[in-house]
Amino acid sequence: MLFQGEGEAFNVGAFLESISPYAWASTGIGFCIGLSVVGAAWGIFITGTSILGGGVKAPRIRTKNLISIIFCEVVAIYGVIMSIVFSAKITAIPSDALHSGTNYFTGYALFWSGVLVGMCNLVCGVSVGINGSSAALADAADPSLFVKILVIEIFSSVLGLFGLIIGLLLSSNAPDFQDLSS
Amino acid sequence: MAEGLFYNVSGGYVEGIVRGYRNQLLTSTSYNNLIQCESIDDVKLQLGPSYGDFLSTLPPNPSTSSLADKTLDKLVAEFRYVQANSTGSLAKFMDYLTYAYMIDNVALLITGTLHERDTRELLERCHPLGWFETMPVLCVATNVEELYNSVLIETPLAPYFKGSLSHQDLDELNIEIVRNTLYKNYLEDFYRFVNEEPGLKGTPTQEVMSEALMFEADRRSINITLNSFGTELSKQDRKKLYPNFGRLHPEGTLMLSRAEDVEGVRIAVDGVYDYKTMMDQTGMGGGSGGGGGGLGNQSGGIGAGDEGKSLEDLFYEREMEIAKLAFTYQFTHAIVYAWVKLREQEIRNITWIAECIAQNQKDRINNYISVF
Repeated sequence: MLFQGEGEAFNVGAFLESISPYAWASTGIGFCIGLSVVGAAWGIFITGTSILGGGVKAPRIRTKNLISIIFCEVVAIYGVIMSIVFSAKITAIPSDALHSGTNYFTGYALFWSGVLVGMCNLVCGVSVGINGSSAALADAADPSLFVKILVIEIFSSVLGLFGLIIGLLLSSNAPDFQDLSS
Repeated sequence: MAEGLFYNVSGGYVEGIVRGYRNQLLTSTSYNNLIQCESIDDVKLQLGPSYGDFLSTLPPNPSTSSLADKTLDKLVAEFRYVQANSTGSLAKFMDYLTYAYMIDNVALLITGTLHERDTRELLERCHPLGWFETMPVLCVATNVEELYNSVLIETPLAPYFKGSLSHQDLDELNIEIVRNTLYKNYLEDFYRFVNEEPGLKGTPTQEVMSEALMFEADRRSINITLNSFGTELSKQDRKKLYPNFGRLHPEGTLMLSRAEDVEGVRIAVDGVYDYKTMMDQTGMGGGSGGGGGGLGNQSGGIGAGDEGKSLEDLFYEREMEIAKLAFTYQFTHAIVYAWVKLREQEIRNITWIAECIAQNQKDRINNYISVF
């Protein structure tokens, strides 16, 4: 199409404009909570299997290493918090007032904040999970290593917090959906 | 690369267990306590914390061989437990570990059949890790041809027999050659498995196991060569026994196949620094002037390590080093292999120490290899 001078046949701009900002915002919230939960769950199973295995011969690690599981769980909580913040911006307005500049901005901002927080939490969850699994095995071998590896684990855990902060900043610029015509 | 993401799906629990077993291995402190012992009963007492359940059934003042059997029983029990919990490529990997012992068992049964002994008695002397369900069937065979056919049908070792050994070979060749041929095929197959299995390719398992198996292959090549001097094994036949991989392959093995004496072996392994230093340490590298021990030790041969360490000891030390380093990797099957090797060395150590105490040879008691 592009090479035959018919590039305008599919108008990307018009297509994007025709999509309701509600769709963008809701998809963003979905990504945010969905990816966060995937990340947390992934981290928990990586850590959990190692704690189970290591705990057979060294039962003392089991309570201590629950902290790794909690670190993973926190990642999902970040996702939940952000989803709540995002969904507070969605208010019902008449459909003829929907396609305005500010509403488009809110829609896109929520979509990309959601993707941002979701991906950050996914990677963070996996990272904390692998760290936690190493922490469990190292603790089983030598109890003095636990605190040292926990410090590293905290650093991976902070990665998710970065996503949370930037997501908040990005979405705080966006006003609620509003009806400007009235 | 993505082993951290997916390994724990199937292997996380087993890895944790095996690491737990590894942490219970004897340390140098426990060995120091062991060598202070005055009697086997003391040894038994010292081993109590790690081997308790298995040693409790032993009578007072047990023989060293029954002590060794009991320690082996513990390894077997743990191995079977891990095996029962493994799935997928790990299950296959553990099968491969047992094949090495199966080869020894089958070789034992073949010898028994050749000498027309009652092979049922031999079953008890087989290594328990190499036990397979259909092994008693092999005892039914009364001559070598029957045995050969049942080996092909009943055992997992069939691929190693097929193509390289016929039933006449079992009759005519020395049993050591049969065993080494099987072992060569086994090592090559195992090497192919860790390098080509989709679940293992590109993971630390491939990396660590390749190193371990290459070392194993080189060790066998060198040992075969050294032991063949003064026997009727021709150079052509000898060359067939070398595994087709390893750090010595291909130049080193080619030169090994041409070697006529210890000096020839030394030249052949010159290209690999590790083996070169080993040869120098044993004093076998004498001859050309520069190398350490000189000719004085050479007469001592390979086995007699009165002053220096024997080559065999150095190989064991190197193997333990590889096994120890394998535990620095996470998310890999190689730790199972490393754990089995470390445990076997521990059993050898205990047997050595017990034997020394039983025979009042306290001056040689320090020849054990402590890893941790």
